[in-house]
Amino acid sequence: MSVQVISNTCTGCETCVSACPFGAIEMRGGKAFITESCTLCGACIEACEFKAIERTGEEAVAAAKDLSAFKGVWVFAEQHKGGISSVTLELLGEGRKLADKRQTKLSAVFIGQDIKNRAKDLIAHGADVVYLADDPALKDFNDDSYSAVLTTLATLHKPEIILAGATAIGRSFIPKVAAKLYTGLTADCTVLDIDPETGNLHQTRPAFGGNIMATIVSPNHRPQMATVRHKVMKPAPRNDARTGEIIEVKFTQTGDVRTKVIKTVEELGETVNICEANIIVAGGRGMGGVKNFHLLEELAKVLGGAVAATRGAVDEGWIPYSHQVGQTGKTVCPKLYIACGISGAIQHVAGMQSSDVIVAINKDPDAPIFSVATYGIVGDVLEVLPVMIKKFKEIRG
Amino acid sequence: MNIIVLVKQVPDTSEVKINRETNTLIRDGVPSIINPFDMFAIEEALRLREQHGGKVTAVTMGPPQAADALKETVAMGVDEVVLLSDRAFAGADTWATSYTLAQGIKKLGAYDLVIAGKQAIDGDTAQVGPETADMLGIPFIAYIKKIEAIAGGKMTVERMMDDGYDVVESSLPALITVVKEINQPRLPSLKGKMKAKNLKVTTLTAKDINADENLLGLKGSPTKVVRIFPPAPRGQREILSGTIEQQVDQVVKKLKEQSLV
Repeated sequence: MSVQVISNTCTGCETCVSACPFGAIEMRGGKAFITESCTLCGACIEACEFKAIERTGEEAVAAAKDLSAFKGVWVFAEQHKGGISSVTLELLGEGRKLADKRQTKLSAVFIGQDIKNRAKDLIAHGADVVYLADDPALKDFNDDSYSAVLTTLATLHKPEIILAGATAIGRSFIPKVAAKLYTGLTADCTVLDIDPETGNLHQTRPAFGGNIMATIVSPNHRPQMATVRHKVMKPAPRNDARTGEIIEVKFTQTGDVRTKVIKTVEELGETVNICEANIIVAGGRGMGGVKNFHLLEELAKVLGGAVAATRGAVDEGWIPYSHQVGQTGKTVCPKLYIACGISGAIQHVAGMQSSDVIVAINKDPDAPIFSVATYGIVGDVLEVLPVMIKKFKEIRG
Repeated sequence: MNIIVLVKQVPDTSEVKINRETNTLIRDGVPSIINPFDMFAIEEALRLREQHGGKVTAVTMGPPQAADALKETVAMGVDEVVLLSDRAFAGADTWATSYTLAQGIKKLGAYDLVIAGKQAIDGDTAQVGPETADMLGIPFIAYIKKIEAIAGGKMTVERMMDDGYDVVESSLPALITVVKEINQPRLPSLKGKMKAKNLKVTTLTAKDINADENLLGLKGSPTKVVRIFPPAPRGQREILSGTIEQQVDQVVKKLKEQSLV
């Protein structure tokens, strides 16, 4: 299989050369030439106005499965100690839309211990069916047991689509399910859409540190699996009048228990998980030291938000790594991100540039953070923050 | 103990810029580096070898030039390297990549632990670790920030979660992915650099790893990329001026208007 230039049709316009995300096209003798660096992504095929690039040998891919046997949209309903995660409601909201478009049912897979009384909440938020696996052995998150439950159910009921949150848990065990089912999985999606004809799920996600977006499909495999980023999809509204079916699933341990959680330590204390926060107040090296971080905490408290930090501030030991936003930390997309004393290194920007509104405070008017900021305040962050805290306190009463 | 480290050669995405006129990636002069998260995996493997003895083998799948990444691992102190390279591997998604890596690892003989970085900075999927573990049939634990103990065919590790961390016990062999907090990677040594310079990298092809060609590369990949495009540009931006009081007033007003606060 390869991507090839049809020499006679190529006009030498060079559009494909700049369209190639991998730098794999050169001009040779006035015609495009695809080099060894080609990853067969097909970006050039779409870019070529003259249909002078084609993928060859694709017919060799046999349709591996009977796709029509797969029906319904599923979401993995994540919970922590019985509390349904906010991302679960977002998945139900998105899943409902996809199920309605495809005129099919929305089901939730709910795994844990002592969670039975919460299953009806999933129905109130849009699920038609809840597969409930409630067992003492499922108390803690375990890659083996969680993937076993979901794989078994998916093999039995053949859903067309499975969605999960791109959380620590989702991103850890969902790939194991995809591996077992030999199907496609797209990580960290921000846009989902379904082709009503083929049922192909168009999954769009950022790559290259948010520098490009890619749309991905799994045309010949089912179920189509995706993890979805927090805070991007709209949460499903609650409607207690909704009815649905709760199906209890028995969990049986097969084989040895290979991994077990000995202890769970909560680190963030009173502050919320930054991935789930609607408002984030983040500090960088410009905060000048750990002694000034109380300003961030105070502002976050007034706004009901969470405190985050850059790699620089974490490396200085001002705040634990679990608060780090950026390439080597977490990716967040809150409604409001207030960047305090952050210069805006690209590694940091990669982790926060999808925030709805960004307010940047920096004394250097040329700081790169201002190029992604919705509103920029030029001034010393240590002078700005007390004023800001005061003003917000006034309006929030 | 025998430790395998999975590495990936990636473009330094912090160097990738967008041409605002054509909305495409500018890749000219963008250097290839070892995926930064893999550096923590290499370091942890070397530390475990220093404590427990044994050897560290770095494995990558990639084009012939990925041998450079493997040489860098040798400069850091890795004992052996294996490059999985074949035209048939091209275009692999995470499933087909994991299949290839798992087939390659099975060729290497007995091992106690496989370590990989949490994710690669180009694809950011974090899927190849867990998928490879599954295909090898060994336990998988993600986001390890500390290995507390390894003894008697078992290990105890600290796994980062969204709201804290878990202490997890696992049987060996296992596959773990590690986060930045686990260590500070060492620099290459002079001795290591000399060894790397003269190293001939072992290359294994699809045939060498007994791979089913239907499961390799683009052909074996369930997912297909159908479109690549630049992200929507951020909306109007506004750099304010005036006294701090005035600037803050303006921002507070605008955020209030948008019901953000």
